[in-house]
Amino acid sequence: MAYSTKVLDHYNNPRNVGSFPKDAVDVGTGVVGAPECGDVMKLQLKINQEGVIEDARFKTFGCGSAIASSSYVTELVKGKRIEEAMAIKNSAIVQELNLPPVKIHCSVLAEDAIKAAINDWKTKHEGRQPQSDQGKAAQG
Amino acid sequence: MVKLPIYMDNHATTPMDPRVVDAMLPYFTEKFGNAASRNHSFGWVAEEGVDKARNQIASLINAKSKEIIFTSGATESDNLAIKGVVEFYKDKGNHVITCVTEHKAVLDSCKALERAGKAAVTYLPVDKYGMVDPDDVRKAITDKTVLITIMAANNEIGTIHPIAEIGRIAKEKGVLFHCDATQGVGKIPVDVEKMGIDLLSASAHKIYGPKGVGILYVRSKGPRVRLTPIIDGGGHERGLRSGTLNVPGIVGFGAACEIAGREMEQEAQRLRGLRDQLQANLFERLDEVFLNGHPVQRLPGNLNVSFAYVEGESLLMGIKDVAVSSGSACTSATLEPSYVIRALGTDEELAHSSIRFGLGRFNTAEEVDFVAQRVTDEVRRLRDMSPLYEMAKEGIDLKSVEWKRD
Repeated sequence: MAYSTKVLDHYNNPRNVGSFPKDAVDVGTGVVGAPECGDVMKLQLKINQEGVIEDARFKTFGCGSAIASSSYVTELVKGKRIEEAMAIKNSAIVQELNLPPVKIHCSVLAEDAIKAAINDWKTKHEGRQPQSDQGKAAQG
Repeated sequence: MVKLPIYMDNHATTPMDPRVVDAMLPYFTEKFGNAASRNHSFGWVAEEGVDKARNQIASLINAKSKEIIFTSGATESDNLAIKGVVEFYKDKGNHVITCVTEHKAVLDSCKALERAGKAAVTYLPVDKYGMVDPDDVRKAITDKTVLITIMAANNEIGTIHPIAEIGRIAKEKGVLFHCDATQGVGKIPVDVEKMGIDLLSASAHKIYGPKGVGILYVRSKGPRVRLTPIIDGGGHERGLRSGTLNVPGIVGFGAACEIAGREMEQEAQRLRGLRDQLQANLFERLDEVFLNGHPVQRLPGNLNVSFAYVEGESLLMGIKDVAVSSGSACTSATLEPSYVIRALGTDEELAHSSIRFGLGRFNTAEEVDFVAQRVTDEVRRLRDMSPLYEMAKEGIDLKSVEWKRD
């Protein structure tokens, strides 16, 4: 079982490992996967009022490809608008990291983590500012 | 400084002992004869080599040399024992008793017989240490039972089963007892007489011999065990296993057995010392490490532990200059975590976090120190990256969390 150079690079030098305060208004948190399945990803996105992802952090329990997928995603989403980030497909992760077929589920999990984190941020905003950012996101 | 990479996966296979290689070499070149050639010296010389090996192997397990049948390895031996007995004794019954943590060579032979409608199989559970209860064996026996097949020691968690007790029960009930002793022979005392074993599988490459050669011990008296062969041909090995004998391999197996027998006591003590040192180092330096398998009744060179909150394959990836193995799903072809660890009743996630260290003849105390430090550093790094470790440290009960599965 050989790993691609990019998977090894992300595994050995993971980008943006860590956590933001979960309760901060500008932070969306997505936790996907399950321990008994051998994969859990936590992705946190710091999103500004304009709906732009300013920063990202991750923590992952899983194989090297799962760690690499989440590490790559933190780089990928930074600077993107939430609508753009929502449109990221797992195939982009597969392609970048050169994941073999048995590791495709890692990329699916990373895609799910982005969506879960953005949805969490949206939920927080719905509660606090009922009609501001929601409308914009829907248009985009 | 230790030489890298370090091999600590001696349950998978072992490097050959140079003394074994030396014994084999002449049988590739000048002593190349076919052991079945009865009419010239080339054949006789090869046959002598095979006879000597048969004696060496038989004496290690307290068998008679004519009771040793050479095969291509323990997988073939398991197939021959189980399928051969079930086929031969089909008029007597069709029930087989085994246990859930057996090697796939045993389990899949049983399943093949079930699928073919040739056998009904009872898969006994194991306790939290991976041990079969002899009482369960006794209770499972019916008047249709033709075979009990239980391994000597487990290849993943190293747990040693109460073989002598099971052998006694088998004798008492008049049922044949097959023991897959692939991980036991040469490492712990195995005695077919004292343990009441009627059929026994073993393999050369687990004890510093060559790959591609194994044996099936078949009891000749008290009772005389009969088998239907699974390979037909020239009638070698008393008709039980046709095919030209792998003379160099057999000679190597013999030499490996002789060395293992002579050095067993001392070597087992040394390995137990190294294993305990590795275990102590890991458990002192890290929290939430769990031992898989029996605390005492285990193979001297085996250590199987789960590092909670760290996935096994990612750990293997981080210690790439150390060769060990994991029960993680990601290291298996089936994407299922180890069925052996799961059978212990531990949490599924701990099966994903399990690592098997297999210490062997050529490992040193310096290597153990290096591995313990390397693993400790990597577990810490991965735990810093693990959302589960973070949650556990925050006091969140991971079992109460509703996980979002695909």
